[in-house]
Amino acid sequence: MSTNATAPQPRVANVGRRRFVNILLGTGLLASAASFLYPVLRYLVPPKLPDLGGDAVLAARLSEMKPNTAKTFRFGTRPGLLVETAAGEYRAMSATCTHLGCTVQYRPDLREIWCACHNGMYDLNGRNISGPPPRPLEAFEVQVRGDEIFVRRKQEA
Amino acid sequence: MAGPVASVREWFDERFPLDDLKALAQKKKVPVHRYSYWYFLGGMTLFLFGVQVLTGALLLLYYRPGADEAFESVQFIMTQVQFGWLIRSVHSWSANLLVFMAFAHLFSVLFLRSYRKPRELTWVSGILLLFLMLGFGFSGYLLPWNTLSYFATKVGTEIPAQIPIVGRPILLFLRGGEDITGSTLTRLYGFHVAILPALATLLIGVHLALIQWFGMSVPPGVEEQWQARPMEKKEIRFFPNFALRELMAWYVALGLLGALAALFPWGLGVKADPFASAPAGIKPEWYFLFMFQTLKLIPAKILGMDGEMLGILAFGVVGAVALLLPFLDREKPFKTRRWITGLTWVFLGYMAVMTVDGWVAK
Repeated sequence: MSTNATAPQPRVANVGRRRFVNILLGTGLLASAASFLYPVLRYLVPPKLPDLGGDAVLAARLSEMKPNTAKTFRFGTRPGLLVETAAGEYRAMSATCTHLGCTVQYRPDLREIWCACHNGMYDLNGRNISGPPPRPLEAFEVQVRGDEIFVRRKQEA
Repeated sequence: MAGPVASVREWFDERFPLDDLKALAQKKKVPVHRYSYWYFLGGMTLFLFGVQVLTGALLLLYYRPGADEAFESVQFIMTQVQFGWLIRSVHSWSANLLVFMAFAHLFSVLFLRSYRKPRELTWVSGILLLFLMLGFGFSGYLLPWNTLSYFATKVGTEIPAQIPIVGRPILLFLRGGEDITGSTLTRLYGFHVAILPALATLLIGVHLALIQWFGMSVPPGVEEQWQARPMEKKEIRFFPNFALRELMAWYVALGLLGALAALFPWGLGVKADPFASAPAGIKPEWYFLFMFQTLKLIPAKILGMDGEMLGILAFGVVGAVALLLPFLDREKPFKTRRWITGLTWVFLGYMAVMTVDGWVAK
């Protein structure tokens, strides 16, 4: 990359030296350019929002719920679904459809969980039973304390 | 050599005046003389503007305008986003250096008298660009929504309100209401990221096209010398000789910006509270300081007229004179040259004294 047209032609013996200097400068420039670019690339990755961890979320009060109904609640940054079965049991799971991420709903007439977007069906344990969903909904743990129903992520082991 | 590159080039050449542009670029020469270093300032200002565009676009990824969100989102950028502090600090540092470079460029053009015929329009577009840069500084200052920026915007928008008749409508327009609220923030945000960049892009295009068209100006003294002794005339090509030198300066500037941002990262301050009192020792950014200090020191009444208003009018006159300066410079009556140089020194001295005074004042 000889750019300086006005410079005198280097003698043959100097070509090696010039190449050496060019390599030195070129790698230096590349390295510094990488050091400028690296922070920008890291900056582009959005930071993970603080996870809920084992924290329990207040999903509903007993007085709000009736058998064969459901309620969506905030679980961190995503919706969760709390279902009271016809038998009066509480089930909680992620409300994000595993197919393409729509929010699912409880169908009292079918007693199943339904995704309106592509007609996906889950049973009350969150298992995908028909339609396109590839995986079950993540099931959460339900705890009733007094009048309040708390939901937390299932603890491993 | 009919490789793929050559055939793409050929294809392009048949549909776009590539060769004409290349000829235009190759035609450009940069004169070499003892003042040649001043030619770097305009390019440096352009480079810093580029840094502002890039870092500004990055900040937009996480920034949220709005009285309830702005401060928190900048805090998020500074503390949660990886290298967010670096990007924001580079944006702030580069903004300050950009204003400094723009002023330095202006004064170098003034002293070297590069604004003479036929470059009057280049000068006018440059002054308009400087006004735009100050507008960028003012509107961007509010965006973090901290105490300092809140009161600086309050005072800054109060100043044009002193102008008779049009003052109040201007205040309402700038604030989006009577007070500094979330509406003001949304407005200044819109100016900062949409309107001003659009205008600046247009004006920079005009400015650069004019410079390319007329070539670099040679100071009158050097020109006379060259006319007397043509043998001494020296020029280098813009591409690649000058451009590579400029590129080197830009690279050093980028390193300097990174160092400044890392060693002196920009603080965030305290979130703005419209019901809190102004903190003691509140000051605008340094480039507004000389005007701020003037308005602080000016007597309330001068010859029965409102002092504040006179001060504001005086700055208006200075701005208008700056804008129209090339048209005041006459080549024939030799006096105007000295007059303009004298006035420039007086104004520069005034700016320096007032800035220092504002800096040390309690």
